[in-house]
Amino acid sequence: MDFFHVLVVLLESTIRVSVPLVFAALAGLFTERAGVFDIGLEGKMLGAAFAAGAAAAVSQSVWVGLMAAILISVLLSLVHGYASITQRGNQIVSGVAINFIVAGSTVILGQAWFRQGGRTPALAEGARFQIINFPGADAVREVPILGPIYADLLSGHFLLTYLAFAMVPISWWILYRTRFGLRLRAVGENPGAVDTAGISVIWLRYRAVICCGILCGFAGAYLSLAMTAGFVKGMTAGKGYIALAALIFAKWRPKNVMFACLLFGFLDALAIRLQGTPLPLVGQVPVQLMQALPYILTVILLAGFIGKAIPPKAGGVPYVKER
Amino acid sequence: MSTPYAKLPGWVEYGLVPLVNLAVAFIVAGLVVLLVGENPFEAAYHLINGAFGRGEYIGFTLYYATTFIFTGLAVAVAFHCGLFNIGGEGQAYVGGIGVALACLWLDQTMPWYVVFPIAIIGSAFFGALWAFLPGWLQAKRGSHIVITTIMFNFIASSLMVYLLTRVLKPLGSMAPQTRTFAEGGQLPKLDWLLSIFGLNIGTAPFNISFLLALAAAFAVWVLIWRTKLGYEMRTMGHSPSAARYAGIRESRITVIAMMISGGLAGMMALNPIMGEQFRMQLDFVQGAGFVGIAVALMGRSHPGGIIPAAILFGVLYQGGAEIAFEMPSISRDMIVIIQGLVILFAGALENMFRPAITRLFAMRGQRAAAVVQTKGA
Repeated sequence: MDFFHVLVVLLESTIRVSVPLVFAALAGLFTERAGVFDIGLEGKMLGAAFAAGAAAAVSQSVWVGLMAAILISVLLSLVHGYASITQRGNQIVSGVAINFIVAGSTVILGQAWFRQGGRTPALAEGARFQIINFPGADAVREVPILGPIYADLLSGHFLLTYLAFAMVPISWWILYRTRFGLRLRAVGENPGAVDTAGISVIWLRYRAVICCGILCGFAGAYLSLAMTAGFVKGMTAGKGYIALAALIFAKWRPKNVMFACLLFGFLDALAIRLQGTPLPLVGQVPVQLMQALPYILTVILLAGFIGKAIPPKAGGVPYVKER
Repeated sequence: MSTPYAKLPGWVEYGLVPLVNLAVAFIVAGLVVLLVGENPFEAAYHLINGAFGRGEYIGFTLYYATTFIFTGLAVAVAFHCGLFNIGGEGQAYVGGIGVALACLWLDQTMPWYVVFPIAIIGSAFFGALWAFLPGWLQAKRGSHIVITTIMFNFIASSLMVYLLTRVLKPLGSMAPQTRTFAEGGQLPKLDWLLSIFGLNIGTAPFNISFLLALAAAFAVWVLIWRTKLGYEMRTMGHSPSAARYAGIRESRITVIAMMISGGLAGMMALNPIMGEQFRMQLDFVQGAGFVGIAVALMGRSHPGGIIPAAILFGVLYQGGAEIAFEMPSISRDMIVIIQGLVILFAGALENMFRPAITRLFAMRGQRAAAVVQTKGA
């Protein structure tokens, strides 16, 4: 029973840390499927988290915070889109630039506006997301097995948590069951063919980039409005890159994205849990190894040792109409 | 496919276009300063004064520039081969192991001029090793170099935390760092170089690795433009299919280029470890690997451009510290913004102003031609 309890706690924190990864990885899914590589996920998420924290602190409204997060994230996406679609610049360079600009600006603006060393003021009750408890969660907690699963794993999360997991089938539906999704995937594989069909490659890619911005906005808002009460400098701490790793690990498919994010979230939760406790047979696992594991797994996957990760064919290549 | 832009004169291509991009980056950075409620001109004054105002400041500026020459060259070498090495950060970090091992092994028995060459080899070796795997994976298994090098940055960072908290830390110490090196592990300062100009470098850690950086820049120039290997690398960078038809062994060149790149990034570790801190600390790289991207982009991947670009970033780092000191509402993170803006405008948006500049020159060319015609008549 004790083992079961530990497992529930572990899975609960897995879900908690996976949420921003799911949002960000799905965000990356949209742009990369449309042929625009995006290593600026980290920056967009951080910018959104800051905007959410700052706007919620000033307005005392969680919804204003969320809107601000999405707005900033979409604006940053449009910068990336302008550089990589309209100006046909190097997409990687543009993504790196966005990460830098955001990392610096959030600290400078945060310090200038709130004077708390780059963090935003702690948010009060109404200015952050509240935990949603399902009906009867407390009553059934004592029921063996099913009780804790219902009360701790299914119930007791934030609205954004449920949205994140709902976004997985929604993204799948958009990408695979709508005309927009079909064209979006086509533009990432063969933009020339889409252009020949009389559909604007540029406008399609811009829309994909905007979808990415919206989702990164949710990811950032989750960090500063739900997981913690306020923005702390550098609070994404590499989550954008983990999301990118998860996206590759998932081979650019929505359902796999969710499982990859849960796996990486689980490793993260496990690393915290295992800190200082020796395991049977292997002894004490250095926590750094656990932290590096998602990256190592991604490299091994990329090397083709566990299946092949094939990116969208036109990814990273700006589209130039032949003249 | 035809190139969308007409050819511009050399000084425009390598001088004016980067300068315009740089100017725009600084104007936007000035807007951020305005947004914070400070005077951008005052900030600019502190930036320049903080970088050049005193011999000591110049010493610091050149100390930072040394680091950025190494990482800039590292990125540039890979660029020429069509590879985007975003892993300079990790390679420099791991390169530090080579420096630290050489110093820990020999510092108490040998003078610096014996330790230094071994540390150079060590840093280059470990840096190259860390770049070898991504290069090999790209060449043989087709995994994307950008993604693998990003992943290797994180793996390097975990590895270093592990090494410094458990392996290389002296017994009984809490701080995650090696012991302080004895005299043999400390590089001599270049105070004589600046005193030629009547400057006193004071406490600035400007050291002999600056000369090594200049030598490396020259070596990179020779490599890229004067050797067969460099020719093959540039061919691959321009057109992989042409390189394939010409019988250039792509995978071999990819791995070699990445290892040279990683080796150069690794040599960056000499400057802070042996030149300033005299120990290996956590986070000694401090984003220099990423600055290298901006430096290479600004310097058009040519050593002749990289050295001034590295000095520019040295100015930003040293002057930025002075701004943070004089204007408390602007922290050092301002540098990060400027860096990002330089990467954005000089890298991703480098063609934004090109049509306008091209048109300007086309117009001038026409007018000159018209003048010649009227004179002739």
